[in-house]
Amino acid sequence: MITHLHSVMPSIGPLLPEIILSVGVLVLILYGAFRGDRSVEGVNVGALILLILTFFVVVSGHGKVVTLSGSFISDNFSRIMKALILIGSAATILLSRDYFQRQRIDRFEYPVLIVLCTIGMMVMASANDLIALYLGLELQSLAAYVIAAFNRDDVKSTEAGLKYFVLGALSSGMLLYGASLVYGFTGTVSFPGIVTALNGEPAGFGIVLGIVFVAAGVCFKLAAVPFHMWTPDVYEGSPTPVTAFFASAPKMAAMAMTVRVFIGAFPDVTAIWQQIIVFVAIASMALGSFAAIGQTNIKRLLAYSSIGNVGYALIGLAAGSEEGIRGVVIYMIIYLAMTLGAFAVLLALRRKNQMFETIGDLSGLSRTHPWLAFSLAAMMFSLAGIPPLAGFFAKFYVFAAAIKAGLVTLAVIGVVTSVVGAFYYLRLVKVMYFDEPQAPYEPMAPGLRIVLGLSSAVVVLFFLAPAPLVAAAGAAAKSLF
Amino acid sequence: MLGLGILSGLLIVPLCGAAFILTLGDETEAVKRNARWAALITTIVTFLLSLAAWARFDIASPSFQLVETHSWLAETIKFKLGVDGFSMPLILLTTFLMPFCIGASWRSIDVRVKEYFVAFLVLETTMIGVFQALDLVLFYLFFEAGLIPMFLIIGIWGGKRRIYASFKFFLYTLLGSVLMLLAIMAMYWEAGTTDIPTLLTHRFPVEMQTWLWLAFFASFAVKMPMWPVHTWLPDAHVEAPTAGSVILAGILLKMGGYGFIRISLPMLPDASAYFANFVFALSVVAIIFTSLTAMMQTDIKKLIAYSSVAHMGFVTLGLFTLNEQGIQGALFLMISHGIVSGALFLCVGVVYDRMHTREISAYGGLVKRMPLYAAAMMVFTMANVGLPGTSGFVGEFLAMMGAFKANPMVAFFSVFGIILSAGYALWLYARVIYGKLEKPNLQGILDLDLREKIIIAPLVALTIWYGVHPAPILDTFAPSTEALMVNMKTALSNTQAAERAVAGKAEVAAR
Repeated sequence: MITHLHSVMPSIGPLLPEIILSVGVLVLILYGAFRGDRSVEGVNVGALILLILTFFVVVSGHGKVVTLSGSFISDNFSRIMKALILIGSAATILLSRDYFQRQRIDRFEYPVLIVLCTIGMMVMASANDLIALYLGLELQSLAAYVIAAFNRDDVKSTEAGLKYFVLGALSSGMLLYGASLVYGFTGTVSFPGIVTALNGEPAGFGIVLGIVFVAAGVCFKLAAVPFHMWTPDVYEGSPTPVTAFFASAPKMAAMAMTVRVFIGAFPDVTAIWQQIIVFVAIASMALGSFAAIGQTNIKRLLAYSSIGNVGYALIGLAAGSEEGIRGVVIYMIIYLAMTLGAFAVLLALRRKNQMFETIGDLSGLSRTHPWLAFSLAAMMFSLAGIPPLAGFFAKFYVFAAAIKAGLVTLAVIGVVTSVVGAFYYLRLVKVMYFDEPQAPYEPMAPGLRIVLGLSSAVVVLFFLAPAPLVAAAGAAAKSLF
Repeated sequence: MLGLGILSGLLIVPLCGAAFILTLGDETEAVKRNARWAALITTIVTFLLSLAAWARFDIASPSFQLVETHSWLAETIKFKLGVDGFSMPLILLTTFLMPFCIGASWRSIDVRVKEYFVAFLVLETTMIGVFQALDLVLFYLFFEAGLIPMFLIIGIWGGKRRIYASFKFFLYTLLGSVLMLLAIMAMYWEAGTTDIPTLLTHRFPVEMQTWLWLAFFASFAVKMPMWPVHTWLPDAHVEAPTAGSVILAGILLKMGGYGFIRISLPMLPDASAYFANFVFALSVVAIIFTSLTAMMQTDIKKLIAYSSVAHMGFVTLGLFTLNEQGIQGALFLMISHGIVSGALFLCVGVVYDRMHTREISAYGGLVKRMPLYAAAMMVFTMANVGLPGTSGFVGEFLAMMGAFKANPMVAFFSVFGIILSAGYALWLYARVIYGKLEKPNLQGILDLDLREKIIIAPLVALTIWYGVHPAPILDTFAPSTEALMVNMKTALSNTQAAERAVAGKAEVAAR
C-alpha cells in the first residue's frame, strides 16, 4: 500500500523550501490585497521572515535526492546556490524599504514579486531537466521584468522594464530552441538522460547547434558578452534597489543554471562547449574592464563590473573540473557580498530625498563619512582582486582551476584584464580619498546599515577564516561530479 | 593562548595600534597628538618584539626557526610563519626603520593624521608578513596587500602629481605580481603544496622552471625595480611624503630582492642559472644608465630615487652571480641601502619641511647655517657612493667580487656605476651643501632640532658601524647562503648529469 502510494505521490521533502515560499507568498498576496496600501509594512516584514525561514530550511537539508520523476534535484550544489539566492533576495528587501518609501512607490506588490522571483530562481538551481529549468527561468524572468519597471511613472524605469522584457523574451526563445534541438537529437530532456544518450557517441551537428543556442540563452541571463547589451541600460534605468537585486540574486541563479546545464547534461562533450565558454569569458572580462573606464554613473559602472565578474566566474566553468566549479561557487559567494555592499553604499548617497549616483558625488566621502568610504574602498579593492580582501580568494580559486586544466592563456588574459579593471575601481577610491569633500549625506537607513555591515565583514575578514566557505563550496562542487 | 607565537605577535601588534588609533575621535589637536604617540609606541614595541625574536634566533642554523603553523585555506595551504638567515635581518630592518618614519611624519603630516598612521601601521604588518611568510599564497597576500596602504599614503599625503604617481605605482606593481600569482598556482598543482620549506626541496622540471622563473621575475623585477620597468619608482618617490619614500626605498624595494633569494634562486635553480646572463645585462644597463640619469636630475628626491635603481642593479647582479660572495654582498647591500637611502630621504625631508621645495637649485651653502645637517648628509652621501668605512662599501665590494668571479666583463662594466655614483652623489652634495649661501630665503634656515637629531643620529652611527664591522649582518646571512649554495650546486649538477645521460643515450641510439 505504502509502496503503491510512493509511486503515485512524488516525495515532496526536497521541495519543502519552494513549498514554504509558494504558500507564504500566496498568504502575503491575500493579505496585501485585502488590506491595500496599509499592508506594505507587514508584507515587507512577512517576506523577509519567509526568506530567512526558507534559508534555514535550505541549509538544514543534506544528501542528494531526486524527485518529481527526476526533474528536480536537491544536492549540495543546489542548496548552496539557493542559500545565496535567498540572501540576495532578503538583502534586497532590506535595501529597498527606505528607498521606496522616499520615492513614494512603496507598494506591497514589490516584496511579493521578489519572493516569486526567488521561487523561480530556486527552481532554476534545482532543475534536473530542461523543462523544469525553463519553468524556473520564466517565473524568475517575468517577475524581474515587472520590478524593473516598478517605478512606473519614471520614463527610464519603464524603458528598462521594456528593454529587459523584449530582450529577455528573445533569449528565452533561443534557450527554448536550443533545448528543443537537444531533445530532438537525444530523445530526452532529463540531464542524466542526455548524458546517457551522448555517451560514447561523437556529438552530431544537431547537438552542437542545440548547445550553442542554449549557451546563447544562458549567456543572456548571465549578462555575459556578447549578450550583455541590455545590462547597462537596465541597471541604470531600474530603481537602485532593483538594480542591486538584478546584480545579486538572479546572477546566482543564472550561474547555477549554467553550471547545471553544462556540467549536468554535457559533461562528456566538454570540447564543444569549452571553447564557447572560454570565448565568452575572455570577451566578458575584456569588455567589463575596458568599457567601464569611461563611465561616470556608478550604476552603469557596476553593470560593467558585473559583466567582467561573470567573465571571471566563467573561467572556473571553462576548466570544467571539480576545482573549477568550486571556484565558481566561491566566486559567487564573494561576488554577492561585494555587490550588495557596493549597492548599499550607493543607496546611502542621499540628500533631501535626492539620490546621487555619479562618481563625482563620491568626492571626499572619506572626510564626511569615513566608514562608508572605508566600506566602499574595501569593496573596490576586493573587486580589483587585491589581497587580503575576499575578492582575491574568489579570483584565486578560479584561476587555480584554469591553470590546472591547462588553460594558461585564459588565465593570463584574465589577470591582465583584472589589472585594467583595477584602474577604474581605484578611480572610485581616488575620488573618495584624494578629492575634496562635499556636503555630507543623510544618515543611513537601518536596512542599509545591516547589509553594508555584514557584507563588509565578509569582504574584509574573509581571509581570517576562509576554510568553512571553501569547504562548503568544495562539497557543492563534489555533488555535481 | 590560541597558540600564537612571537612572529604572529609581530603581525598583530601594529594592527592593534592601528585599531586603537581608529577608535580615537574627530581630528582635534589632542587626537592628533595621541595618534602620533600611539603610532610611535606601537612601532617601538614592535621593534622590541622583533629584538626578542632575534634573541631567540639561532644564527648558526640555516633552517627555518620560530615556525608557527595555523590552519588556513586548506590542508596544503596553511598560515605558516617562520624566519631564517635571509628574512631575520630584513624584519629587523623593517621594524627598526618604522619608528623613524613615524618620527619624520611628526610635524610634516598635519591633515588626516589618524588615517596616516593607521595606513603606516597596516603597511608595517604587510611588510613584516612578506618576510615571515612560509607559504607562497600567504607571501603573495602580504606582498600585494602592502599596495593598498602605500597607494593611499602617496595619493592622500603626496605632492602635486600624487594621483598620477599613486596610480602608476599601484598598477605597475599589480601587473607584475598577478603573473607571479599564476606561477604560484602552477607550482601548487605541480608540487601539491605551497609550503615554502617543502617547495625548497621539490625539483621542478627544467622546462617548467623557465616559465615559472619568468613569471616570478615579472613581479620581482618591477618591485626591485630593475631597468626598464623602474619608471614608477622616481614618480612614486618624488610624490610620496618623506616617510613614504623612506619605506619605499628602505623596505618595499627589498621585497623584490627577497623574492629572488627566497623563491627564484632556490626553487628554480636551473632557470636562474640559465637566465643569469640576462639579469647581468639588465643590471649593468640599470647601473650605468640610471646613474647617468641621476646626474641630470634637478629634484633631490628624484636623484636619490634613480640612485636607488642603480644600487638595486648591484643587488640583482650580486644575487645572480650564484656564488657566495655575490649573494652575501647583495644581501648586505640590501640592508645597507635600506638604512642609507632611508636616511637620505629623511635628510631631504628635513630641508623640505623648512623650504617646501626639493629643487636642487633652490639650495646652496647650507653648511654655513646647518653644520650638523651637513655632517650627517656627508656620511650618508659617502655611504651612497660606497666609500670604504661606510656600510655601502661592503655590499658593493662583495657583489663586485662575486661578479668578477662569475663574469669579469660584467664586473668591468659595473665598476663604472661606482664612479658615476660618486659623480652624482658628490655633485648633489656640493650643490646643496657647499657654495655661497646667497639665496635670501635660506638666510634664516635652522639646523637640526632635537627631534631630527634623535632621528638621524642612530642612522649615522649604524652606517659607520656596519661599515667597519659588517660581521653581525654577514654572519646572519652566511648559514642560509651556504645552504642555498649547496642546494643549487647539487641541483645544477643533477641537471647536467641528467642531460649528459640523455645525450649519451642518444649517442648510443645513433650508433
